Amino acid sequence: MSGANRVLPGFGLSLGYTLAYLSLIVLIPLSAVFVKAAAMDFERFWSVVASERVVATYKLSFGMSLLAASINVVFGLLLTWAIVRYSFPGKKIVDALIDLPFALPTAVAGIALTALYAPNGWIGQILEPLGIKIAFGPYGVLVALIFIGLPFVVRTVQPILEDFDAGFEEAAASLGATRWQTVRRVVFPALLPALLTGFALAFARGVGEYGSVIFIAGNIPFVSEITPLMIITRLEEFDYQGATAIASVMLVISFVLLLVINLLQGWVARSTPRAI
Amino acid sequence: MSIAIEHVVKSFGTFRALDDVSLALPRGELVALLGPSGCGKTTLLRIVAGLESADAGRILIDGQDATGKHVRERQVGFVFQHYALFRHMSVFENIAFGLRVKPRRERPTEAEIHRRVHKLLDLVQLGWLKDRSPAQLSGGQRQRIALARALAVEPQVLLLDEPFGALDAKVRKELRRWLRRLHDELHISSVFVTHDQEEALEVADRIVLMNKGRIEQVGTPHQIYQEPATSFAYSFIGNVNTFRGKIEGAFLRVGDDLLPHFQCNFAEGEPVVGYARPHDTEIVADTQETAGVAARINRVLTSGGTSRVELVANGPERGGAKDYFEVEIGSEDLSRLALANGQRVRLKSRRLSLFRDQA
Repeated sequence: MSGANRVLPGFGLSLGYTLAYLSLIVLIPLSAVFVKAAAMDFERFWSVVASERVVATYKLSFGMSLLAASINVVFGLLLTWAIVRYSFPGKKIVDALIDLPFALPTAVAGIALTALYAPNGWIGQILEPLGIKIAFGPYGVLVALIFIGLPFVVRTVQPILEDFDAGFEEAAASLGATRWQTVRRVVFPALLPALLTGFALAFARGVGEYGSVIFIAGNIPFVSEITPLMIITRLEEFDYQGATAIASVMLVISFVLLLVINLLQGWVARSTPRAI
Repeated sequence: MSIAIEHVVKSFGTFRALDDVSLALPRGELVALLGPSGCGKTTLLRIVAGLESADAGRILIDGQDATGKHVRERQVGFVFQHYALFRHMSVFENIAFGLRVKPRRERPTEAEIHRRVHKLLDLVQLGWLKDRSPAQLSGGQRQRIALARALAVEPQVLLLDEPFGALDAKVRKELRRWLRRLHDELHISSVFVTHDQEEALEVADRIVLMNKGRIEQVGTPHQIYQEPATSFAYSFIGNVNTFRGKIEGAFLRVGDDLLPHFQCNFAEGEPVVGYARPHDTEIVADTQETAGVAARINRVLTSGGTSRVELVANGPERGGAKDYFEVEIGSEDLSRLALANGQRVRLKSRRLSLFRDQA
């Protein structure tokens, strides 16, 4: 179709703007990372990105981000359900509290969580005798990532659940479905695309998180060091090439994982026609 | 199955949606709950279905108390105005839903589910759409699939909430004829809610006319139209001419005019409102005539065998607007009268129904 026949005008302008903007804000800075890393020869690159200590940080960073995002999907859904479906005193306050992890400086969140979960903190001192160690270990990372990822799930699922007509559930009940069957067969499939989006956002945020994690993690090599910390460490040693090498590996893994999640989401959305 | 509604009361906050409603519906009939919006008809239907609970009163389905029963145990099929088809399932799966969620020991085999779904698809004549998603169907098709889905669980009672409300006029008309035929085939006790009197008069065996949370009249379409029992029934169903005034012997005094009436169960001087159908109203062109309400011809609409004459009241304006009247008249009578626009005439009624004026 030629441009003149288009019903919606401005295609050229908006696409041009999109490409220019994305290049300026996202692509150029990111490609700078790869350019800088490419200045290394492969052997040196490999020795940096595949060193045992760095590989341990990949496992921790990506593993905990996936785990935290999964936990956030489950509990974020519960929270959203409570906020959307029921009215209770203080509902508005609860609703507002959910956004707090967005607004709080991550360092503040990290220090607050550390104070709570340290062996002498309010929660830490209860868990300590049970042999559960949260702060200054890998689970500290998990707690911090759950904290910062929660709003993403709640805020993506909330509008979908609010728009979900009670008629669907009434129809299912009138056809003899139990409450559980209704939730599993009717409500959950409708929320699945939004849940996946929330999962992807929470995961992406978790992978990139630095501020809150370094306070609570303890940063013990091979145990509770995250990849972003490895990059900062290299920068502090003025090893800029090493830092960009690790960053480029991180970027590639994140990109692949997000692509997979997006493809999955696209597939779910296709099998879930929206307009009716 | 028969449905009995006994002294049902329902309030939403301070708004009384249903005010002591009692109703008995015999089995096998297609019943219309008719009334203006906000009259409580949908609330009543939802209470019968178990989607809403009554503040007081009982619901009996086939003689058994269903008041405390959950909607999934009531064996009612419910059809929603906006279809409520499950978007992520195909048409086939939508219809099969009620069979698939049955407890394991009652659940039919896969082959049996296929057989029953195909039978229902044949019944609604949409077998060729079974693999489509609901989003790909037209409104009329969606509502037929919604009906098939409700019938799949073999309900004792079929309840339809404004089933044609979201459809355009032509599809509406087709679908309500189709519903009537379907009902004649299946004879399942059905109740449908509508605010469209034409729909109720055309489709239903019996009409329950509701207003402000109360039942005004129950009867066949013929009774509802020909013998309205209340002032509301008169003004809601069909076109009607309204005359407000006081009783003066054998006449009703409307402003300066005297309109003859044929009832005598009102006291002298009592304020009443009289209703007359357009076809029961006659135009008297004779200027010597003193009885009848004075009016002026506004427009004459001729089309088909009968013509409609629109008139404006001669009397003073009430509430900022003139009273309008309508008269249906045979074409021959019309040409005999030779009416002209603006001509002053008098109106009389062959059949005037009087009610005590509540206003």
